[in-house]
Amino acid sequence: MILDFQHVQSAHCENGVTTNLLRHIGVSQITEPLAFGIGSGLFYIYIPLLKINNGPAIAFRTMPGMIFKRTCNSLGIPVVRKKFSSRETAQKYLDDRLLSGEPAACQVGVYYLSYFPKEYRFHFNAHNLVVYGKVDGKYLISDPVMEETTSLSEYELERVRFAKGALAPKGQIYYPKEKTLVSDDKIRNAIKSGIKGNIRDMLYIPGGIAGVSGIRYTAKKIKKWRDNLGLQKAGIYLAQLVRMQEEIGTGGGGFRFIYAAFLQQAHQYHKIDKLLEVSQRFTQSGDIWRRAAIQAAGIYKGRLTEQSDFNQMGDYLLEAAEIEKGAFKDLSKIKWN
Amino acid sequence: MEKKDIPQDPSKLQNFTKEVCYAVDETGKYVADLSSGWEVKSSALEVAWNDIDTRVSDAKQKMDAGQASPVLYLMELKLMDLPTVSDYTGFWKWTIKRHFKPNVFGKLSDNKLKRYAEVFEVSVEDLKKMNKG
Repeated sequence: MILDFQHVQSAHCENGVTTNLLRHIGVSQITEPLAFGIGSGLFYIYIPLLKINNGPAIAFRTMPGMIFKRTCNSLGIPVVRKKFSSRETAQKYLDDRLLSGEPAACQVGVYYLSYFPKEYRFHFNAHNLVVYGKVDGKYLISDPVMEETTSLSEYELERVRFAKGALAPKGQIYYPKEKTLVSDDKIRNAIKSGIKGNIRDMLYIPGGIAGVSGIRYTAKKIKKWRDNLGLQKAGIYLAQLVRMQEEIGTGGGGFRFIYAAFLQQAHQYHKIDKLLEVSQRFTQSGDIWRRAAIQAAGIYKGRLTEQSDFNQMGDYLLEAAEIEKGAFKDLSKIKWN
Repeated sequence: MEKKDIPQDPSKLQNFTKEVCYAVDETGKYVADLSSGWEVKSSALEVAWNDIDTRVSDAKQKMDAGQASPVLYLMELKLMDLPTVSDYTGFWKWTIKRHFKPNVFGKLSDNKLKRYAEVFEVSVEDLKKMNKG
């Protein structure tokens, strides 16, 4: 069967799944930036010692699963989320869900995802897609980062649902429990709590590796990479930083542009001009992240080799940290109506 | 970023999809638009793949010289790390590290070899042949 499901492409997979599923149940106001902002999606963390693909563990957005969870919570929409130990049960559960006429989101690994280009297929297990039908034993797939919908055989879908390693999806399936209409007032409140959550995550997480202080921490580390790692390894590390920031699924600028878009849209619900002003500062920050990426490319392509080049790289991050700190401080001063 | 500055460079996503980017239009309003790729990130991806290629050929050299078992080589070839191999095969990480030694690997039962063979998508026979220890 083919369900009536509208596939809208998005910059980030979890935003896209959240937006498309919520629109499907009747939340017509939701957009990708709203889902990202209400879900307090903006983040930064550099986890020292942990290695991902033999490089540093860096993220520019919140933990996988949180955007969907928080957005639905804030809008008062109950959520169903299930993991499975048995592959058969996992498939049956999905099939039953489709038979009942409703789509569902799955968390999947990318390594065996056959419709992705080979160059992008790493063991990354927190990708999200929507299954919206089954025809001749093939599942119809709405992968939000792809322009067009696609399909996977039973075997192919099972394989990616049961990918293993870090963040193994364990067949995870999730969806909003029931059709819900959401009032503009609810959106208004959700925007407010989303921004408050993001202020907390970016300014007040202790430990010094997350939020604005995490960006500063990374800046200091980078300045030492040339001496501590050598040029080649430092280049590989910087390339990883750029990939986390700019790879497909980030919207560019390490999600800062999506957040700026969110604040503009938030202004339609809260007529507070401060939101527009702060939006511009996230644009600035995103632009600096992009300039940092160009600087990093100079280093990993071997064109920039001096310590001063690494210092410049670190200084870009310090500049972004300063802007984001000020921006979130200003958001925290807003008197909400 | 302004809409007119959204990069339209060639990338590995060509023939698969374009990606959504957020940028401001002439009036300062954010819009979503498509990008075919950005040279800066294409080259970052290239750096990652060059690193993988180096790791794979290092592991292959070690395997051919009898200094490492096929487990190391195939782990690198399949872009895995120890925790990932451990999760797929069910072996402990320290056990897998022991299996990196050609002489230890050479004594493994067919049943154990089968677990590696399935994950690495090769036959048990091939695994045995690849081991030079």
